[in-house]
Amino acid sequence: MPTPLLEVRDLTVAFDTPRGQIRPVQNVSLSVYPGQTLAVVGESGCGKSVTALSILRLIPSPPGRVLGGQVLFNGKDLLQLSEKQMQSVRGKDIAMIFQEPMTSLNPVFTVGEQIVEAVQLHQNVGTRQAYEIAEQAMQDVGIADPHKRIHEYPHRLSGGMRQRVMIAMALSCRPKLLIADEPTTALDVTIQAQILELLRKLQEEKQMAVMLITHDLGVVAENADAVAVMYASKVVEYAAVNDLFDSPKHPYTEGLFRAMPRLGRPGGRLQTIAGAVPNPRRFPSGCKFHPRCPRMNGDALCTQKEPELREIATRHWASCHHIENFAAAPITPPTSDAIRKDAEAPA
Amino acid sequence: MSALLEVRDLKTYFPIRSGVLARTVGWVKAVDGVSFQIQPGKTLGLVGESGCGKTTVGRSILRLIPPTAGSVAFNRQDLLALRGEELRRIRRKMQIIFQDPVSSLNPRMRIGNIIGEPIEVHKIASGAEKRKMVASLLQRVGLDENDANKYPHEFSGGQRQRIGIARAIALSPDFIVCDEPVSALDVSIQGQILNLLADLRAERNIAYLFIAHNLAVVEHFSDDVAVMYLGRIVEKADARELYANPKHPYTIALLSAAPEPEPGRKRDRIVLGGEVPSPANPPSGCPFHPRCQLTREAAKGSGDPSALITFSPRGMTGSISLRVLDFGGAVEVESGGEKFPVLKKCVTEVPPLEAKDGKPGHTAACWVTK
Repeated sequence: MPTPLLEVRDLTVAFDTPRGQIRPVQNVSLSVYPGQTLAVVGESGCGKSVTALSILRLIPSPPGRVLGGQVLFNGKDLLQLSEKQMQSVRGKDIAMIFQEPMTSLNPVFTVGEQIVEAVQLHQNVGTRQAYEIAEQAMQDVGIADPHKRIHEYPHRLSGGMRQRVMIAMALSCRPKLLIADEPTTALDVTIQAQILELLRKLQEEKQMAVMLITHDLGVVAENADAVAVMYASKVVEYAAVNDLFDSPKHPYTEGLFRAMPRLGRPGGRLQTIAGAVPNPRRFPSGCKFHPRCPRMNGDALCTQKEPELREIATRHWASCHHIENFAAAPITPPTSDAIRKDAEAPA
Repeated sequence: MSALLEVRDLKTYFPIRSGVLARTVGWVKAVDGVSFQIQPGKTLGLVGESGCGKTTVGRSILRLIPPTAGSVAFNRQDLLALRGEELRRIRRKMQIIFQDPVSSLNPRMRIGNIIGEPIEVHKIASGAEKRKMVASLLQRVGLDENDANKYPHEFSGGQRQRIGIARAIALSPDFIVCDEPVSALDVSIQGQILNLLADLRAERNIAYLFIAHNLAVVEHFSDDVAVMYLGRIVEKADARELYANPKHPYTIALLSAAPEPEPGRKRDRIVLGGEVPSPANPPSGCPFHPRCQLTREAAKGSGDPSALITFSPRGMTGSISLRVLDFGGAVEVESGGEKFPVLKKCVTEVPPLEAKDGKPGHTAACWVTK
């Protein structure tokens, strides 16, 4: 196994609020390898975005603070760097793109000025050369006629174009790691396909590592090498993408797969996960998933003891007390045969 | 069986105003000639990308936005001709559920009043009787009757959407416009809401116009599906038929672009170039021609337009048979910074929505496909 480019170890983040402390990220460990994509999946409030922001130390403090853990980038702990050293990491070694291409660009500067600012911050180049780099970056992300577009203001561009500009800006300094926080959630499906294909292409060309934060399992399946599933501040399952989709071990992961309507499988009732995502102010005791868990049978273990993330199969981790008792029903991709059988089988 | 709702040639235009006198200098044709029917208890799914006009269709039907032309018949009554009391009476039977459960509930009103307001406005009940109705509605959508005294902020997104549903069914409507009802919700919650809507449909014989951009959700939930592009319906069919046997190149591209939760499956994705053009300045002829793969392929081999073009959205492989028509040869167009040839007819004439493959229930607006 090569050494990871980014290794998050046991990270815990807290926010001090007037109504007490909350811990949206607890004991999270992740590794991202060079040239690979790690997807972090989970529903709103599971802590995936806070984890990403903590890596770049972008959590406002106060109220936020890192209670423990390490963020090792190339072996160096980012949490120990001075603010000034950190600034040279942000954008240069690790870049980030956000969900909202509408609000991430400054409306009163042209897109060129904004890319050039990022370039000159990290590279010792003159203005003319910076514009050349910016134009090349825009060309790389498939913006037609960059020579003209570089002087446009953000409001003149569509959502997909703005996200391309964000990616151009993020990639202009050739980062080793790109953190993409829901990069296509605000975009239409045909534009999403363009952006994801672009990211894959650029990743391959530049051998860049990507940490992809998303809630869309379809996007995960098509883009990730490894996946971390988060629920209520914790990583509950961690595996290579094929292992996770072939045989999910955690009941939450399993529930997510079942709850999702799929193309080619119309009609019928969806199997759902009962209840709602818990509020971080009132996380349940024991296993945080136990109030919604179909494996619960009144077992005191689940309500009292929080399960550890353990290696269930080779390089496949999950945190559940009952994995061995529930050999997961295989969730196979629907083939046309399976669909026909489904339709014939009595409900 | 006569249709519950019949929409004919609906057009909704918004004026573009400019200058000190705010003169109208042009029109945004948000909806440009849309027709469909919905039978009682059935669901029509309306899919398309942002800006295609699907939300405007839903709102124009309810007259929340005044349509520019066309007719909307509900129970054979012409909605667009109704005024005052008559309109109010018919509106009881038509409701809407919005996408954003946060902004569609008044934060200063208690849940009981939010759900009770339509009951009171339409003078169905008041006082204790109204409260009883509200309690039973809350229970029906999976909330607690004591929740009537709470405010919207005390609920999660999924619960708020349940409140929106309770408000919509309070007047026992026959028809509900669901405008992206689950797109703001988490996956685990989305399934709960879809199941609830399906149960209500079965119980109360409610017809839905189900507007969404998620193709899998629409397939799961709808009897019929219409695909919109730039203010027009470009394809319409029974849901199974449309997904198994798409005829319009835009539908094919949409299906092939949807990411699927199956790692490792290789498929030929059609990545559409360019973006949805502005409805203020739509392309001539077929509005899809600047992004269309089919017309490009057909124009390349325009010597023999009867050739089959194969495609493989979502892993399945299929082919589209092309028809032999006089397309007027190829012309060059420019889109997204590149130039390519397309069939001349696609640029000069708008294709009508017509039956494909000899199936009267399956219509598509494309010159090239058979």
